[in-house]
Amino acid sequence: MIRRLVRFLDERTGQAPLVRKLLRYVFPDHWSFLLGEIALYCFVILVATGIYLTLFFEPSLAQTTYRGSYEPLRGATVSHAFRSTMDISFQVKAGLLLRQTHHWAADVFLVAITLHVLRVFFTGAYRKPRDLIYYVGVALVVLAVLEGFLGSSLVDDLMSGMGLAIAYSVAMSIPVVGGNIALAIWGAPFPGAEEFSQRIYILHVLLFPVTIGLLIAAHLGFLVMRHHTQFLQRRETEQRVVGVPLWPGYVPRTLGVFFGTAAVLFLLGGLVQINPIWEWGPFETGLSTNGAQPDWYLGWLIGALRVMPGFDVTIGDVTLIPNAFWGGAFFPLLVFGFLFLWPTIERRATGDHAWHNLLDRPRDNPWRTAVGAGFFTWVALVFFAGSADRVFLQVGIPYTWQIWTFRVALFVMPLVVARLAYVVAREFAASELHPLREPVATVVRRTPTGGFQAEDGPSGQD
Amino acid sequence: MTAAALLAALVLAAPAPASEGRALYEEGCVECHGLSREGVDGIGPSLQNVSQGTVDFYLSTGRMPLDKPGNQPLRRKPIYPPEQIAALVAYLGSDEPIPHPDPARGDVARGFKLYTEWCAGCHQVVARGGAMPRALIPPLLEATPTQIAEAVRSGPWAMPRFDAEQLDDRQLNDVIRYILYARDPDDRGGWSLGNVGPIPEGMVAWLLAGIALVLVARVIGKRLER
Amino acid sequence: MRRWLIALFVYLVAKRKRQPVFDEHGRIVEPKPPSPRAELLVVALLGAAAALAFAFVVVYATNANTQLFGLTLGGSLACLCAASVVTAKKLLPDEEDEEEYSAPAHPEEVEEIERLLDESGQTITRSRLLKLAAGGAGAALGAALVVPAFSVGPVLDTDRLFRTPWRSGRRLVDAQGRPIRVDEITERSFVTAFPEGADHKLIGSPVVVVRVPVKELDLPPGREDWAPDGRVAYSKICTHAGCAVSLYRSPNFAPQSPKRALVCPCHYSTFDVARGADVIFGPAGRPLPQLPLRVDDEGHLVAGGDFSEGVGPSWWGARQR
Repeated sequence: MIRRLVRFLDERTGQAPLVRKLLRYVFPDHWSFLLGEIALYCFVILVATGIYLTLFFEPSLAQTTYRGSYEPLRGATVSHAFRSTMDISFQVKAGLLLRQTHHWAADVFLVAITLHVLRVFFTGAYRKPRDLIYYVGVALVVLAVLEGFLGSSLVDDLMSGMGLAIAYSVAMSIPVVGGNIALAIWGAPFPGAEEFSQRIYILHVLLFPVTIGLLIAAHLGFLVMRHHTQFLQRRETEQRVVGVPLWPGYVPRTLGVFFGTAAVLFLLGGLVQINPIWEWGPFETGLSTNGAQPDWYLGWLIGALRVMPGFDVTIGDVTLIPNAFWGGAFFPLLVFGFLFLWPTIERRATGDHAWHNLLDRPRDNPWRTAVGAGFFTWVALVFFAGSADRVFLQVGIPYTWQIWTFRVALFVMPLVVARLAYVVAREFAASELHPLREPVATVVRRTPTGGFQAEDGPSGQD
Repeated sequence: MTAAALLAALVLAAPAPASEGRALYEEGCVECHGLSREGVDGIGPSLQNVSQGTVDFYLSTGRMPLDKPGNQPLRRKPIYPPEQIAALVAYLGSDEPIPHPDPARGDVARGFKLYTEWCAGCHQVVARGGAMPRALIPPLLEATPTQIAEAVRSGPWAMPRFDAEQLDDRQLNDVIRYILYARDPDDRGGWSLGNVGPIPEGMVAWLLAGIALVLVARVIGKRLER
Repeated sequence: MRRWLIALFVYLVAKRKRQPVFDEHGRIVEPKPPSPRAELLVVALLGAAAALAFAFVVVYATNANTQLFGLTLGGSLACLCAASVVTAKKLLPDEEDEEEYSAPAHPEEVEEIERLLDESGQTITRSRLLKLAAGGAGAALGAALVVPAFSVGPVLDTDRLFRTPWRSGRRLVDAQGRPIRVDEITERSFVTAFPEGADHKLIGSPVVVVRVPVKELDLPPGREDWAPDGRVAYSKICTHAGCAVSLYRSPNFAPQSPKRALVCPCHYSTFDVARGADVIFGPAGRPLPQLPLRVDDEGHLVAGGDFSEGVGPSWWGARQR
């Protein structure tokens, strides 16, 4: 039966040799290699749930009166975008499940991406010949963040409206042409022309997802062409990749990752409330709420906007650099610029232009580990500065103190952490001690025939 | 809520003897507010022309007496029992009586709109409280309708004051009705995470989903062996 | 349900018995001893997944509760996850295979590609001129394709960024459209106002009106008659990032409470209302634009003109009006 089907297809495509080879394509096996896969499956679920939501969502800022079942908003003047999202949450059966799952998937998508970026950075997976894959990956991070922001901005609730006001201000703050750019995007001064909602809608449901999909295809395509990186364990070399073959080993594994990701997202979507727009109410230019925050992956921008001291750079009555530029545009440019340039910087600094199929562990390259630890600490500090107001309310540390502490810590802590990371990495490398493992151990492997065989422990390897 | 209303009614019906209030004042308040309620320069304000609602608000929410002048008065267990508060209100308060809101007659939809316009900037749109430089803004989860009305009409500490021209008594009922609703809003999405939006959501994304998925990855993938 | 499970089990058991199809030599996939217990476990997990998915359908048909939706569908997916993991780890061969990495470089092909491109252009004599012409055509066409982008908004009309609905004599009204009388604005009160008859949503519409004791008022020069009896109006839109400045710190006892100020909830820019909304904390780079106020014959607050500066977030030209 199988043979007949395969023969049928082969005789018409002639690709049996390729399929035969692909079925035994090997995947080096380490848990951290699955983080990118989790991100991929989040994207799959985002697309699936997103398509469902488009069946009900109306991207229009035209005003209407809410007449749905939610009492506290009855009679309120809202946009069709807000009204239709209310209906998805209250009228459409399983609509709230899909809406919440979609939103959780976006949040978790970026969690997985962040973990994946950290893994790639600290293991040096971005080195030649995979620097191209890495650049595509960093572009994907940028697009994913923007795509998430566009999605939450569509709804026209109080929180998203405030977010759009900030986005408008950041666009306006671009030196020289900011005003023109903002007018081009919004079609009119804030809150913008009626077309604006159509624009962000088509960006969110078509242009961005398609671009992200294509870039993911390129990311994976380039990867398959050059194969995965691997850790040096036993038989791995720079020339030979060792791992689990696609069939039969890897398929059930990746299915497990897919179903695990989907399970977490749907469980969250059903059990944990996210972005309850009925509690925020509709947006108006003159309204705002305390404690408004963007989704977590933009938290570092609100932090950057908040820690900046208050000044515009001016010459006479020309505002060269409005303040929002620093936190909203310059800071993300620095972060993504660093990520883009890092492979080049490292190549220049170390003179290492060689090919790398074997990964470093963080301890194997204390210098890189130190730079990465310092850099990501810096970004994380800015991120945490974004929630200083809530910390004030919950813990009582005065807001102004916190902001000043962050302003100082942003210069001090990255250096301290980098130094610490360097020392720790050196220590581990010297003692070859895994932080979570005993110094000496014997690995017992089960042989294919069912017996057991002792191998040398980790200390006996290098 | 009803207790506070009852208390307020009691206070009106049978004002406690001013002498008892005076004794309590001299015992607990003179240090900061002065012997004849004229205030102490730089320490405490004059109480010579404060409404009954103001006095009742500060005492019934435990905000006064303060541990240290200069601290932001925050809600805690009242120091004085209700009878003594009534006595102090009678002694200190002006003719302006304690307000009597009736949220049962308010409309939650009108209240939500008014609350968003007037209150959400500070107290957060679901009344969860907030912050600003140098001032905490309390959540409204424990305030009684009377206390809310007292605060709106008197503007305690750094809060602005809203008179009947801005929010009339009917509108105040609407606002309080909404605040009572917001204590236990329709959280049909599941676990409410405190109704404050993205910060706890981000914590769930990292600490629940992130850890769960890393565990899945660790079950499926191998650890390093060498 | 149970019968189905039994049937499925019997089927799987029967299937296993038919197995060794390939002979032991020349195998592609490494052999692995069967594990009936793992098979049973997978069957049970798949059964549970099916049951939970079915329960989802039942929930959909009956009470449509979001939490039950999540539990059933998420639970079903979790069972499938577990089934996949058990299948991978216990049922199927746990083999390790290896391959060669593809060759690092192909110098011959690279050279051939270069020659191919080179040789195909050898018939051309005026290559620079041709390149110039092609570049010119490309650039001109590019420009032609970019021009329509200017239709997306009034890109060059930055004057619009200054336009507000405020005119001299226009009354201030509250959110419900009721004109605001001057005596309503008492010390410590805080009112959001809009221009009468205008769209409240325009970024130039909302203003906040507060009252400052006249002796504390210290407005920039030229604004002496902008604040009748200490009543000042500022644009409600933050000059930093465009949020509505909807927090008013209004001390009831100045020596011990924080200073009177308007605060933006987005990034906590703090503006001193007594001194022309000067920034005293936070990231804003310029004061809130002030709206001159007057009182009309009926005692209503009216605008005395337009704002002192461009409203809304700062941009290149924000200070040029």
